[in-house]
Amino acid sequence: MASTSTATVTPGRSVWDGGTSPMGASYGKLMMWFFLLSDAFTFSALLITYGLVRSSHQAYKGAVDAFTFSQTYWPIPERVFEAVPFLEGMALPLVFVGIMTFILIMSSVTMVLAVEAGHRMDRAAVEKWMIWTILGGIAFLSCQAWEWTHFIHGAHHGAAVTEGTTFFGANLLQNQYGPPDFADFFFFITGFHGFHVFSGVCFNFLIYYNTVTGVYERRGHYEMVEKVGLYWHFVDLVWVFVFTFFYLV
Amino acid sequence: MAHAEETSHVTVLPPNKEKIKKLWTVALYLGIITAIEFVIAFTMSHGSFKTFIFVALTIVKAGYIVGEFMHLRYETKVLFWSILIPIIFIAWMLVAFVYEGMAIGAVR
Repeated sequence: MASTSTATVTPGRSVWDGGTSPMGASYGKLMMWFFLLSDAFTFSALLITYGLVRSSHQAYKGAVDAFTFSQTYWPIPERVFEAVPFLEGMALPLVFVGIMTFILIMSSVTMVLAVEAGHRMDRAAVEKWMIWTILGGIAFLSCQAWEWTHFIHGAHHGAAVTEGTTFFGANLLQNQYGPPDFADFFFFITGFHGFHVFSGVCFNFLIYYNTVTGVYERRGHYEMVEKVGLYWHFVDLVWVFVFTFFYLV
Repeated sequence: MAHAEETSHVTVLPPNKEKIKKLWTVALYLGIITAIEFVIAFTMSHGSFKTFIFVALTIVKAGYIVGEFMHLRYETKVLFWSILIPIIFIAWMLVAFVYEGMAIGAVR
């Protein structure tokens, strides 16, 4: 691996013998990478448990059009998530979650543009792109708040029956859409991801604040934008997986 | 005086047009792949083949985000594999536990 390092190595000494950075990254960036790896383990634990529990439940085997909510099988996600704000009563499967995905991808692009501006020491451009990234994050969180509210309160009409009783919406004990585990995993997985988005927005605001006050300009580099950018992209990455495994499959 | 000194030393480089164009291209790919996923979600019948396509497209999207946006493709090989090898084990763990779940469902 010595050939991959840019550092000059005296013969007979390996890059791991000290004095160089074998991974070619600063301490802070490296630690962010390993933190993200450990965070990926946590999200994987949630998604793997979801996979285990979902595959142990009976799947719905019938036409998608004839699908009704039942406690006996796992629901088809596109029939659960088909509501869009201001279009009450219309069945628009996965449209809203598609909008949320688009918002998060766009905010990832504006983040990487802020990183690019930071490499050029362009303070005004970093400020501009950080503002867009923060707005994207807030927009995503607002969408999620609406989705959770709709999921918890349920439909306005139509009976949903749990063992002979009518139940609307969802909580951790029972829900109108399917087995209790379905809503539990929805709350835990999207909730844990949403909390990451929230903390990401806070970090992004901190970066924006330090950029505006000239902290990074005085420091001579914008590496903090890169580090927090890594975290923000990771949040987007997790959403890609949540989108596939919770909404599409 | 100190403030004037700070600002005068900063040289702002012009935007790297090539790099910015590449970033927008990656964003376009991500958008197109998501659009394809939507089309497949409503045109194909449910089954393991459909799931396979979704997982494959998700891995392509993840590759673009981690490789280009997070810049991992351009890092040293040691760092690249330090991140990727644990993830390969995680992917296997997911497959193993999904099969385990099917077995639990079968004996229930």
